[in-house]
Order: sequence, then C-alpha cells, then structure tokens
Amino acid sequence: MGKTIVEKILAKATGQASVKVGDVVEPAVDVAMSHENGALVINQFLDVYKGTGLKPNVWDPSKIAIIFDHRVPAESAKTATNQKKIREFVAAQGIEKFHDIRGDEGGICHQILPENGYIRPGNIVVGTDSHTTSHGALGAFSFGIGATEMASVWTLGTVLNVEVPGTIKVVVNGELPKLVSPKDIILHLIGKLSAQGANFKVIEFHGDTIRKMSTSGRLTLCNMSVEAGATSGIVPPDSETERYLREEAGVKDKLDMIVPDGDAKYEQVIEIDASKLAPQIACPHTVDNVKSVDKIGEVKVNQIVIGSCTNGRIDDIEIAATILKGRKVAQDTRMLIFPASWKIYKEAMAKGYLLDLINAGATIMNPGCGCCLGVHQGALGDKEVSLSTTNRNFKGRQGNPNADVYLCSPAVAAASAITGIISDPRKGVN
Amino acid sequence: MKTKVVLKLGDDISTDAIYPGRFMATVLPTETPQYAFIDYKEFNTKLISKQIPANSVIVADNNFGCGSSREQAASTLKGWELIIVAKNYARIFLQNSCNLGLRTIICPIIEAKENDELEIKVTEIINLTSGKKFAIEPLPKARQDIIDAGGLIAYTRKKLLEKATVH
Repeated sequence: MGKTIVEKILAKATGQASVKVGDVVEPAVDVAMSHENGALVINQFLDVYKGTGLKPNVWDPSKIAIIFDHRVPAESAKTATNQKKIREFVAAQGIEKFHDIRGDEGGICHQILPENGYIRPGNIVVGTDSHTTSHGALGAFSFGIGATEMASVWTLGTVLNVEVPGTIKVVVNGELPKLVSPKDIILHLIGKLSAQGANFKVIEFHGDTIRKMSTSGRLTLCNMSVEAGATSGIVPPDSETERYLREEAGVKDKLDMIVPDGDAKYEQVIEIDASKLAPQIACPHTVDNVKSVDKIGEVKVNQIVIGSCTNGRIDDIEIAATILKGRKVAQDTRMLIFPASWKIYKEAMAKGYLLDLINAGATIMNPGCGCCLGVHQGALGDKEVSLSTTNRNFKGRQGNPNADVYLCSPAVAAASAITGIISDPRKGVN
Repeated sequence: MKTKVVLKLGDDISTDAIYPGRFMATVLPTETPQYAFIDYKEFNTKLISKQIPANSVIVADNNFGCGSSREQAASTLKGWELIIVAKNYARIFLQNSCNLGLRTIICPIIEAKENDELEIKVTEIINLTSGKKFAIEPLPKARQDIIDAGGLIAYTRKKLLEKATVH
C-alpha cells in the first residue's frame, strides 16, 4: 500500500521504515519557530528544568527560529518587555534564526522562514502559531503547536506523542480565470469542507493548477488550510519548489524531494475545477461562511486591508497596485497595506507599487501581522466593516467584537477600495 | 462528580472568543484568567466576581477552540478550573488543554442547557435535569499519556531526566 507524503516524512523523521495513520510517533524537529509568544515558551522551558539540577540549554540553537511580527514595533510596555526578555534569551542561548524589528531582516514569520531558505522539502517544522501550516507549500510537514509543547521541543528536539494524521487529497485542475487567485481556491475549499472538515487531518494539494502555481500561491493555500481545521496543508515538492528555493531563498545544498506514492491511501478526495471559480468572500463571523462575490449584495466597507502571512507578498501588492494605479480609494474608505516582509517592501518600493498605492490614498504600514489579530495598527470602530486579505474573520478578530470582517483576495480588496463597497474585480471599476 | 452547566455555546467557538488577541501580550498562566471570555461580558463578570465555582462546566457543540494556537485560551479556562464538555475540539486547543491539565471531555451527543445539573462519570455524563445519559469518547491515547503524567511539563521533565541518565 502506498504512502501519503506525511506518512513518508514522519517515517524519515522517526528513523522507521514506515508509519501508518494512527501510529503515535516522536519526530525529530528541523525548524522550531516562535514569535513574541516565545516569552511564554521561555517561561515554560525554564519550568521544565526546575528541580532537575540540569542547566537549561536548548537542544539545538541552530534549529530554533524567533521572529518578531505580531506586535511590531511594540504597542505596549508589556510587549516591549517580552521582546526584551526574548532578545536576552536569544543572545544567551545563541539562537541563530532570530529576526528582530529591522528593515534589513524583519517581517512576518511565515514569510521570513521560506524567504531565508530555512524550510526544505521533507522537513518537520513546528511553530507556536496556527498558520505554521504555510510551510507545507515547500513540501515540509509543518504544523502549529502551543507554547508548552514548544518548550518540550526546545528541551528534547522532538515533538512528543504525534498521532500520524490521515490525509485529504485535494485535486485542483483547470486554468484560473483572470483576477481569480489561489486565495479564491482556498476560500472555496474551506466553504466546502467547513471550519472543522479537516480537523486532525492533512490536506495534500494536487492537480495541474497547483503544479503551475507559484510558491507564493501555494503558501496562501497551505496557510489557510488550518481554517478548515487541518493539521497541515502540503504541496508535494516539484520543479517550482526547487526554483523558489534556489533562486529566491538562496538554498545551495541537496534537497530531499519526498513525494507521496501514486497509490497512497486518502480518507477523502475532493476535486475542484479552477476554471469555474469566481472571486470568493468569507462573510462574518466564520471563515467557512463563503459566498461568491456576486452573491454578497451591497456591503459598504470602512477599511480595506491587504497584507498578512496569507496575502502580503509581491504578487499580491502588484495586483493591488495595478488595479489602483491612477485611481483613488473611495472617500469614506481607508486602505492599509502590510507587506509580509521588508524584502517584499523593498521590492514593491523599487517597482513603484508602493508609490502608486500611496497616490491612490492607501497607507503603507511596516511589515508585520498588524491589525489581523486585533492588537494594534488599524482597529475597527463599532459597526464598521473591514474587507481584508488576511485569514480570519471571527468576532472580535480585528480588535472590535462589534465590527464585521470579510475576507477576500487582493484583487477583490483593491477593486472594492475604489468603489467603497465589496466589488467584483472582473467587472472593471468605474 | 456532580456539577452544573454555567455556559452553553454553539459550534466553532474560536480562541478569539475565548481569549481575544488584543490581550495576547499577557502570557503568564497566572495572569490570563481575568480575560476569559471577556467579550461575553456577563459570564466574564461572574468569573471575576468568583460566582462560578471550580469544576463548573462549559458545554459546547463542534470544533471548540478553533483558530489560533494561543495557549492563553487553555490557561485562561484552567485558571478558573472549569471543565469543558464539547462534541469535538480543534486540534491545537485540545493539545494545549491536555498539556496544561485543563479538563476537556469529548461527548459527541451531549445535550444540556445552562443551569442543568450534570453528573460526570468515567465513561458517561448524566444530565440530572433531563435524566438523559451521554457516552464520553476517550481522548486520543497520545494525549491521555500526557494527562496521566501530570501535564506536558512533567512529562517532558521525566523524558529529559531519562535522557540525562543515559548519556
């Protein structure tokens, strides 16, 4: 019987010939990522060592990544103190993959990891962030864990008691229509599966559309797989994976291109015809409340957000700039752009995209998670509506439980910025 | 154990509902309880004013704890020693709960309203108000081992000491 990609990766990471769904395993970790919640991980890590008489040293400082992104620059004294505590820990332990709040290295963790070549096909990646699913885009088994579980990984270098997950195969074929994007594929899939349809399972992406898709688009798919409850999303690595790692991430060493067997056993197979997709909108207050843009009716928008680990890459900013160049953001609407990293920020600046967006009326923010999780930089007023390329629209998500958040692609966000109501980018905007 | 339902919730209760992102700068388990369900004002007020005794039950439908991996969502409920009875859970929340010792019970057919009296046994829950019985589904074995060890900190400490002895 053939194996899924995750069964093969877990077999390798546990030194076994094979593992099967339901086995409980203890895989060795290649990358262990945290952000500001590293402060809690440190607290729990020190707690593990309490009373042991052993010196608290992390298992391998070269495999730990800490990226400041959730609240940058610090929005409060409390955060600043947490960040200070983390910097001191990083220095004391010699943690190598640390990205501070700096224009020459910073950004959102799920962009920094791939961009810097930290992720390789076949890796086991864990992160104290649910969107750690993103890194499946490069063929890694990558999943979110809590802070205490990360403290355990820092101690032992393995993830304890991982149950080998079953896999849902999603096959996407057909050419995406103009101005319909990977974001629309994943929103459509979440609507189809529901917010719990993939709970405790992995989503493996296949089909022509995926093979032709850039790594940026694959990151969007895997990023939001968790919104259907998935442990991880994963794209079997191919020539595009290799191209991205060599050309964009500067990876030189040999790659272990683990792919699933042709006769692997899947729990469910879902087929999607990309050519028939319209732009999709996730309506308040759950990500699986998905409708086509033409079924939305007239929804006035107060704030447009383009950015985040989901859609803050150069192609996302490019489409927004293309649509908004020479146009104006509607008078009663404000527009915030959060590039996913400073590398992307600089590229968008060099290509003139940021200037086009500023001239249209957008505000360019520093790379970071920004208002996505409702901490700072763009909270909503009571009864206001946000249309956002981010990944969650739960009540209270963008900082106000009395506001509505709709999720969409960058093209829908840009077209809607001009009209001030949720709009279909395919119709052109007058 | 006999106890009472203090909050009844539906499907897809996210970690943003349990512990909103705007309070995430607070990380320590000793400090998180004050923000539990803070946007459910009435319930939060009852918690803060200590009107809800330990071992009281929150009953929810499917996918409790979906969304963010924030461990505060588990520590905030653990701080009040609440018991969660849900039809099923989101993966990371369930793991965080088991790791921290928050009691989470999987009961796929639970029917209960606020203020119902429950008797929680090992394999079933009896709703003393309605007289109905509901089977409990065991936690995944991989999680139960951690609970039995007294949580993930203790479990990891044990593994660490075993490793240190071998080397």
